[in-house]
Order: sequence, then C-alpha cells, then structure tokens
Amino acid sequence: MTQQFYVSPEQVMRDRADFARKGIARGRSVVVLCFDAGIALVAENPSRALHKVSEIYDRIAFAAVGKYNEFENLRVAGVRYADLRGYSYDRADVTARGLANAYAQTLGSVFTTESKPLEVEILVAEVGAAEEDDQIYRLTYDGSVADERGAVVVGGAADALAGVLAEGWRPGLRLADALALARRVLATDPADPAAGPRRDLPGASLEVAVLERGLPRRSFRRVQGELLERLLDADDPTVDAPRTPDLLAPAEAPGHPGLPADTPASPSGEGSGPG
Amino acid sequence: MPATPAPQLPGGPAGRLPATFHVPGAASFTDFLGSHDPSLLPGRRPLPAGGALAPELDPPHATTIVALTYPGGVVMAGDRRATAGSAIAHREIEKVFPADTHSCVGIAGTAGIAVEMVRLFQVELEHFEKIEGAVLSLDGKANRLSTMVRGNLGLAMQGLAVVPLFAGYDLAGRRGRIFSYDVTGGRYEERGHHSVGSGSVFARGALKKLHRPTRGVDEAVATAVEALHDAADDDSATGGSDLVRGIHPVVAVVDEAGYRRVPASRVAEVARGVLDARTADRLEEGPS
Repeated sequence: MTQQFYVSPEQVMRDRADFARKGIARGRSVVVLCFDAGIALVAENPSRALHKVSEIYDRIAFAAVGKYNEFENLRVAGVRYADLRGYSYDRADVTARGLANAYAQTLGSVFTTESKPLEVEILVAEVGAAEEDDQIYRLTYDGSVADERGAVVVGGAADALAGVLAEGWRPGLRLADALALARRVLATDPADPAAGPRRDLPGASLEVAVLERGLPRRSFRRVQGELLERLLDADDPTVDAPRTPDLLAPAEAPGHPGLPADTPASPSGEGSGPG
Repeated sequence: MPATPAPQLPGGPAGRLPATFHVPGAASFTDFLGSHDPSLLPGRRPLPAGGALAPELDPPHATTIVALTYPGGVVMAGDRRATAGSAIAHREIEKVFPADTHSCVGIAGTAGIAVEMVRLFQVELEHFEKIEGAVLSLDGKANRLSTMVRGNLGLAMQGLAVVPLFAGYDLAGRRGRIFSYDVTGGRYEERGHHSVGSGSVFARGALKKLHRPTRGVDEAVATAVEALHDAADDDSATGGSDLVRGIHPVVAVVDEAGYRRVPASRVAEVARGVLDARTADRLEEGPS
C-alpha cells in the first residue's frame, strides 16, 4: 500500500503559483494606458484572428496574457456576464468592478480547488467620463485584484517593464504619444530595461484598440491598418483617432449627421398630394 | 402560476461565474439564456391555463409601421400611438428601434412583448458580434428574428401576437432590404416597400401609389410620413402627426453609414408639408 508524502499547504500553493507564473512568463506583454480621449490597449500580437484585446461591454474592455484557450474562455464568460446583467437590469448597471469581482472569484476558486491553476493574467478596463474616472483592474492567476491607475503592463516581464512605463506615462497624453510609449515598453528587453527598446515592432505586429471616452453606447474601437501606421509614425501629424460619429445618439444632439447630405436634390415630394 | 425567480446572476459556489458561462461554442445570447435561465426568455415562460386573455386585461397594442427602399438604403417609420381596446394607451410610444448599426426593427402587436423581443434581439446581435468578432449577415439577422417570433407562438395563440418588420442595409449586396414576418416565424423578403400593423392596409395602398424606388432619401422620408398619415386617416389605432403637442412619427434611415434617426424637427417639417399640400388640394377643389 502506497503512502502519500505529506506536503505542506504552503508548498502546494507555492508550486501552483510557480507553475502559473512560468506559463504566463512565456507569453508577450500587454500594455493598457489612459490617454486624453480614452484608454488604449496595446498587445504584441501578430495574429489578426486570435485577439488578446477585446470588447466586453459599452465602456469595458478586456486584455489578457497567458494561455489563449484559458483567457478566451474567461473572455466569453465575461461577455455573457455583461450581456446578461445589462439585459436583466440596465446597460448602466454593468461595471468593470462587478466583472473584476466575478473574475477574481473564478480565478481564486480555480487556483485553490482545481488540479491546475489558470495560466492567465487579465486586465479589465472601464473608460469614465473624465480621465480621473477611468478604472483598470489587474487580475492575477490566484484571484488577487489590483486597482491600477493610469498605465499598467502585464505579462511575464511585467515587473521589469513597469518602471519604463511609469517613467514615460503622464495624464493627458495624446493617442499617438500613448501608442509610442506602449511600443517602447513592449520593445524593451526585460533583462536590461535601462538600455531602451531593443527590437523594432512594426504596426502590423501590434494589436491596438481604444475605449473612446464620451460615447453613450459601445465605445470599443480597434485601431488598425493605415490609421495605426500614421499614429505610430513620429513624422506624421496624426496624433488622434478620428471621433466616431455617434449614430445611435438622440437625433437632436448637436453634431448629429441627420440626413445624408449627398442626396439627389428633389423637392422632397412635399408638394405632391395623394395619387 | 409559479413566481418568476430572480435572474441568476453570478453567485454560484463562492461567487465564481456559473459553469454555463464557460461552455464553449454558443455565440447566441438566446441559446445561452435558454441553458442558463430560460425564464428570462419571452417565449419560454409558463403560460397561464385557459384560453385567451380576459378583455379587461387588454394590454396596449402598437400599430402601424412602414418601410420602403431608396437607391442608397431603406427608410422605416412608425406612428406614435398605442391602443388598449378603443382607448389610446400611449401617445408617444416608439416602435422603430435600431437593431444594430446597420439594421432596424419596427414592431406591431402587443407592445410589452414586442419591446422585450426587440431588446433581446439587440443583445443577440451585439453578443454574436462580440463573441465571434464578426457581424452577422443581414439574412442571418433576419433569421434570428424569425426564430424569436416563432418562440412567441404560444403567446400569439392567446392573443398576444407580435409582428415585427425588419429592414437593414446589406453591406455585401450594397442595398437596403426589407423582411416581413408572420406569427409562426415565417420570413418573407419584400420588394420595395411593406407595412405591418392595424393601419397597414391603408398605408400599403398609399405606398403603392407614392413609392418611387429610384428617388432619393428625402422623397422616401416624405413618402413614409404620407403613408402613415393615410393610415391614421382611416385606422383609429394609428396616430397621425400631433401638431398641437408636437408629436411626430419616428423615422429612421439605414444606409451604408449605418442607422440614423431623422431629427424630430425635420420630420415635423415634412409632416407639415404633407398637410399643407393636402389643404391646398382641398381648397382648389372648392367648398363642398
């Protein structure tokens, strides 16, 4: 009859944490940072189909590092949580804090009760009415939550890169400056952060999305293609993404496009009586 | 009748997200609700025993919706009246809603159930878009709505029918399209124009005479308003433009740029134009 060796709970937890940390460290980092007109989410991700950054709800976005299948499952659960809550109550009642709590419980519960912890680290961001109201929650594999301010980097080398990010970030950045900073952070060699960016990261290898401030409904936009190249190009005058016209706003709101202007000039048929 | 349980929000073991949230595969919010908490679905609630609803419980009904195409897209308009029996239940109800950025849905029938169906439909389209990272085709959206109408058949047989009208801009085919439904969920694509609701017979007659599919959006908006006016003229459940209170039909335009609601001031202008033209015609005919 075999006898199990006694392993102290501290040892079990330490082993699990080490296991999760190693898994996460293999992936590339993700940077989330506030800028004057919203929150930018930047990941190094050459894939166009497998996203590390995605939309959860009107003002809430999700960014993750680690094992794709595990964070994808959490992302889908988050979308279901948000849509169910918004449908049962109201769109205004879906908050990043509630979602972060649900994620924390899930991650913590898997960490302690299941055979393998989730090898993921997650950021949940919610854009507010002003830059001070922006919220970023960082969730780690064991379910701990940190309320981050301004800018945060997650991933294997996050500790080494956090200094570079904190040094470059300040409130009220323009989008182009925020993206340049994020690219600099992602290109920095974590073994030697003081040496500056070591690699060249073209726009095509970055996955970029923003949560646009001030929209009443869905504010998540992917920034890609030519616009991203222009924002990343230091010589190009483009520093902001164009504002999205708010098509679902009340029609009387100022700046509403109303009817398309390029319609054939006709007497509007107003003068014609019934046939 | 069993009490409706409170919606099951995260609160499973130790507050973690319930297992149904983690099931891979389904991109449909309706299917997810069906497995997680079917009582939230309009068509899945237990029906009270017995036949149709008692007449004294007559819930508000929404009435006439018209839709018509023009070369760059589609226009949908709905009057603002809800009726309960012969009484006016509401003067300012809105029956034309954006379904997503490139489609809209108008409702006729039992207002409460119809509005709930539209809410679910909106979430359904957005949910698919977020989970899959791609927008449904216009036919796909029309078919989802068809499933929802079919799910309501039990209630429809008790007199609580909902008949939507769906229209949108087909980004693949680059044109506006209109879909109509029957209570069993049958889906029919309409050519040019269509109307649903109690005043639809009169509105359709007007659309037949007035609709010129090659004209621009301004004329399409005016035609929609005029068709609603004709429906209100003959159907007591359809409201016309209320110039005293400043209540005018809801008019939406969907084109390549997306859904837009025509500003109320513009609709008021168009409605006044229609009425002025008719007054002028009447005066020309001389006193009767």
